[in-house]
Amino acid sequence: MKRILLATVASAALAGTAGAEDVKLGVIFGFTGPLESITPTMAESAELAMSEVAASGAFLGGSTVTPVRADSTCVDATAATAAAERLVSAEGVKAIIGADCSGVTSAILQNVSRPNGIVQISPSSTSPGLSQVEDDGLFFRTAPSDARQGQVMADIISERGITSAAVTYTNNDYGNGLANSFAEAFRAKGGEVTMQAAHDDGKADYSAEIAALSSAGGEILVVAGYVDQGGRGIVQGALDTGAFDTFFFPDGMYGDTLLNAFGSDLEGSFGDLPAAEGDNAALFQQIASDAGFDGTSSYAGESYDAAALVLLAMQAAGSSDPAQFKDRMFDVANAPGEQIHPGELDKALRLLSEGQDIDYVGATGVELIEPGESQGTFREYNIVDGAYETIGFR
Amino acid sequence: MDLLNALVAFANFVFVPAVAYGAQLALGALGVTLIYGILRFSNFAHGDTMAFGAMCTILVTWGLQSWGISAGPLPTALLALPVGIAVTALFLMATDRAVYRFYRKTRAAPVILTMASLGVMFVMNGIVRFIIGVEDINFADGARFLIGAREFREATGLDEGLAIRSTQAITVVVAAVAMALLFWFLNRTRTGKSMRAFADNEDLALLSGINPGRVVMVTWLIVAALATTAGVLYGLDKSFKAFTYFQLLLPIFASAVVGGLGSPIGAVAGGFVIAFSEVGVTYAWKKVAGYVMPENLQPDGLAQLLSTDYKIAVSFAILVLVLLFRPTGLFRGKSV
Repeated sequence: MKRILLATVASAALAGTAGAEDVKLGVIFGFTGPLESITPTMAESAELAMSEVAASGAFLGGSTVTPVRADSTCVDATAATAAAERLVSAEGVKAIIGADCSGVTSAILQNVSRPNGIVQISPSSTSPGLSQVEDDGLFFRTAPSDARQGQVMADIISERGITSAAVTYTNNDYGNGLANSFAEAFRAKGGEVTMQAAHDDGKADYSAEIAALSSAGGEILVVAGYVDQGGRGIVQGALDTGAFDTFFFPDGMYGDTLLNAFGSDLEGSFGDLPAAEGDNAALFQQIASDAGFDGTSSYAGESYDAAALVLLAMQAAGSSDPAQFKDRMFDVANAPGEQIHPGELDKALRLLSEGQDIDYVGATGVELIEPGESQGTFREYNIVDGAYETIGFR
Repeated sequence: MDLLNALVAFANFVFVPAVAYGAQLALGALGVTLIYGILRFSNFAHGDTMAFGAMCTILVTWGLQSWGISAGPLPTALLALPVGIAVTALFLMATDRAVYRFYRKTRAAPVILTMASLGVMFVMNGIVRFIIGVEDINFADGARFLIGAREFREATGLDEGLAIRSTQAITVVVAAVAMALLFWFLNRTRTGKSMRAFADNEDLALLSGINPGRVVMVTWLIVAALATTAGVLYGLDKSFKAFTYFQLLLPIFASAVVGGLGSPIGAVAGGFVIAFSEVGVTYAWKKVAGYVMPENLQPDGLAQLLSTDYKIAVSFAILVLVLLFRPTGLFRGKSV
């Protein structure tokens, strides 16, 4: 925080040209609630992009950027709406970075962002439902929709010549949405989903679920659950009874605890998770650790990219007015133009002010697709000799 | 051959898991039912007592492992179990001294004792999480399988595999031994008889010279042994996670009530009824039917009565039916 304030003050002193203003951005994440362990890093990442832009002195004729934090709670839509309302009416923010969880993101969008015409960009809301909501072109996200992951899963599985799969999912919006989008995509490719069974997290016994899934059959078992929760119990039960030998693990099931618990039993299983390709992730981790936080934390890169995209769109539009810059988000995020990597926001701002095109790649390889969400890159991996082995990106 | 396959599939996915789960529930329900019968309240802290006992045993297990002591093919935790039971018994007696004794002296209504146990539950919850953490802990060692699914298939040439985990076998054996000891103790020893007398009629028992303090102490000792054994067996079979033990409380109470609160034999029967109904009613019979039925009669769908989402509802439906038509439970426990 101190670093950001210093940067803001320094750049304000340097610039001072006509038309310079102090642009405020709201940062609204669940600093309390179920995601409280990862949200501080997400906020620091977003604020890193802001201080980078402010320190360059090239932003909107020497304007400064000030972040204002608020708490979304992740679960309480009323509290999140009130907090966002305060950001807009009392602080006068030009854009909202957030929220984190899909439910509160949607509540803020409908109750605050749309009525006030504020641009909102979420780094971590992945619900497929957000692709269909009315947003007046104001809502964006740097996280891919789970609908896209379902498609990617179906591609990976059917390309391996597998034609039937049983699906079990954790009984919430994430699990249900992912299981449905996968089943739809897999059937469209001619695959057969033998069963779609929910499992509840934290239950004492999963024999019943395993028994039903095994009876339904299928070449593999797709486990759309959490690695530290019921998903683990399901995998254990399936391995112990010999119901399934091969599993597919979506993003929620990626974790070292799985390998430690089952090791060589998972030989031949495979999965996917959202991950940036190439050196950009490493580059981001470098600047993040220089700033004193962990850039590999969940959704840190997406948060950095969210803030950067908003600021670059402002620069491209030459205005911090949401009505003006909302239409420039796609221009700065996608080709054509010079590629912009993490830590090069300074260069991007100068190119934009010279009227040149940029293609913001950022920490997570951002590529915006309609209706304003990241296409997302997914890492496909195999489990070989008790370790993750990357196959490729798609 | 097809009939054999059907039998093996049924045994592997329904019978074996349900027997092991039932034995775990039965041990837990025995503890609940003893406290209800003798101390006259529903002990909500029982799930967390199991967690506490399992935690003590895990800590001792780690100690033994670091000294290089193991039980060969059996899990080391079985060696640590007596220590776990002793620590849990001390802890329970301290709880009784600090909390329950006061209410017993004032002859408080059972519901007040039950609410006090709710408070004890939260405290135990916190203690367990504070000492060992909230993560999944896998402390089973030794041989994992008695029979593996793959070996069974290769040995018998059947299409279906049968897996019996060593922890499942240990669970059933230990549970059987524990229950036999308990029944022998309650029916044949002087102390056991005095406990039953105390349970039947407290005033009469006091008049005939039974020492209530001793009865209470022995009850907590037995409860500690049962809860710790149940907790350790469950943890060996699945894994240890504080939150799951708290969730176990519901099926355990359902077992005790279905069997008849206060009746030890009812608790055992209730445990198996709940376990078999959870696994059996939601089973998809497609695979078994595929082996047994002639081709043209085979079901197209999964032949599943209820989706697995409803497995908890099944045990509670049984609970409601039992309470409606036989409020004292299957084995005539005390009315609730």
